[in-house]
Amino acid sequence: MDTHIKVAENRTVVKKVSRTQKKIKSALTISAFVAPAIIIYAVYVLFPIMSTLMYSFYKWDGMGVGVFVGLQNYVDLFKDAIFWRSLTNNTWVVLTSVFAQIPLGLIMALMLFAPIKGIKFFSSVYFFPFLMSTVAIGLLWVLMFDPINGIINNIINLFGFENVPWLSETNTALFAVLLVIVWQFSPFYMILFKAAIVGIPDELYEAAEIDGASSFQKFFQITLPLLMPTIVSSSILAIVGSLKAFDIFYIMTGGGPNHGTELLGTYMFKQAFINFNMGYASAIAFIMFFLALFVTIIIQVMDHLRKKKGAYGI
Amino acid sequence: MTMGLKKVPLYIIAIMLLVFTGFPFIYMISTSLKSRSQFFEEPFALFSSFNFENFQSVFEMGLTRYFLNSILVSVVAVFVVMLVAALASYPLSRMKFKLNKVLFLLFISGMMLPIHATLIPIFKLTQSMGVFDTVWALLGPYIAFSLPISIFILTQFMQEIPKSLEEAAKMDGCNHFGIFWRVILPMLTPALMTVLIYNFIHLWNEFIFALVLISSPENMTLPLGLQDFRGEFSVNIPGLMAALTLASLPILVVYLFSQEKVVKGLAGGAVKG
Repeated sequence: MDTHIKVAENRTVVKKVSRTQKKIKSALTISAFVAPAIIIYAVYVLFPIMSTLMYSFYKWDGMGVGVFVGLQNYVDLFKDAIFWRSLTNNTWVVLTSVFAQIPLGLIMALMLFAPIKGIKFFSSVYFFPFLMSTVAIGLLWVLMFDPINGIINNIINLFGFENVPWLSETNTALFAVLLVIVWQFSPFYMILFKAAIVGIPDELYEAAEIDGASSFQKFFQITLPLLMPTIVSSSILAIVGSLKAFDIFYIMTGGGPNHGTELLGTYMFKQAFINFNMGYASAIAFIMFFLALFVTIIIQVMDHLRKKKGAYGI
Repeated sequence: MTMGLKKVPLYIIAIMLLVFTGFPFIYMISTSLKSRSQFFEEPFALFSSFNFENFQSVFEMGLTRYFLNSILVSVVAVFVVMLVAALASYPLSRMKFKLNKVLFLLFISGMMLPIHATLIPIFKLTQSMGVFDTVWALLGPYIAFSLPISIFILTQFMQEIPKSLEEAAKMDGCNHFGIFWRVILPMLTPALMTVLIYNFIHLWNEFIFALVLISSPENMTLPLGLQDFRGEFSVNIPGLMAALTLASLPILVVYLFSQEKVVKGLAGGAVKG
């Protein structure tokens, strides 16, 4: 009897050992697969963000050791008119993205399905701006906006208007750069909408036609409601993308004139790499990170609630 | 006849959009083909001359070097990303473990991240690693910031590969590495193409890391080199236009030859998100 029990006990011990062994083995396998990605991601993304938060509590010129100043950088930022100006300009980028790029992208996508000749060629060209490098776009449009040699002034002269010094006046400069981002990014929303429109079943339109619906009715009763999820996700991309905006503004205006086109990104860059106010720049950078995180969480929560309610049926 | 007339407004809108999107390209190419004196005589006439000297002088000024740097860094980064992201996506999409969801979210949240939040620490890190102001400085950040979208695309795709294939391989004595290498990776080709195209276009055009991490002209990538050209070309606008044309050409050629794939690649991350 005793021996029997012992044997049975031994067996369960062996089983337990092999189970933990298996667990360890599978943990090792998983680690081997994920480790390269985690290491690179940690070194270049996760640790830098934490370092940025830490730097933001220091007054530091980038060399040697900084002086711990607590929340002073943040206090100074909230009193900094240029910071608020940048935030306002970032808001303009968001508004332009949502209310100009997305609608224009939708119109472009709808045109791709228009029953007209040469539409394949049209659609290829519509997409070009999104592929060109931002630096090339910036330089090209700077030349086009040139007050003397620029073609844009030449065109408005044809209509009897005076030359406008586009990029050297505060209000026109912001307008000019916003026009360029509409030009550059509308094609991106076009392809998102194109993919969504392809997914709408033809039967819906056929049924509507039998009921005698006009083109406008078909658009507002079928197309638009079914595109709602794409409009929502496009808006998310537009808002988050606008917080990160940098390249085109840096190249076309450098944030000027007189901070008229300053963004959080350009202001942070100047403070860090021109004025060597690394601590102050880190505070701006961390606010950018925080805003992106905040917006993402809000959107996720709203999306969750929307799905729960079953709005738009998706 | 009435059908034809009905289409007139459509044609008008389509052509207006064509002019809006296409005109800057026509203007750029047309100007790049003018000599300097022709440009000053008639700056706005389109295709008034076909003079290829500007393209030649742009190459003489070092554009080749920028091209080579850009090709080197984008190609190496894209291939490392494809491998590393595919490896990570395998357990994230096909194995059950405690940290699965946490890790996935951690990677994916990188898509929302402003690069500025990492700029100063990466600048310091690059200096202390001794690679500051070399093309190698760009590899780390380029790979790291391409991982989120790549892992997102690859996990979405991997989830749709049937489990039975994997089990069959297991019966034949394959371990996880064998399954990954022999079963999953070959089936992953379309998704890997998407990842390749998406990341290549982004890295080819990347500007801010290059701006912060590179200062010598001989180490600059194409976007940074163009920005640097600007001063030298302030009196030679056709020359600058030739440089811009050449810089835009590779991506446009890739696009014209594989339109569907490029569009799918660029929409890839966004459509499902």
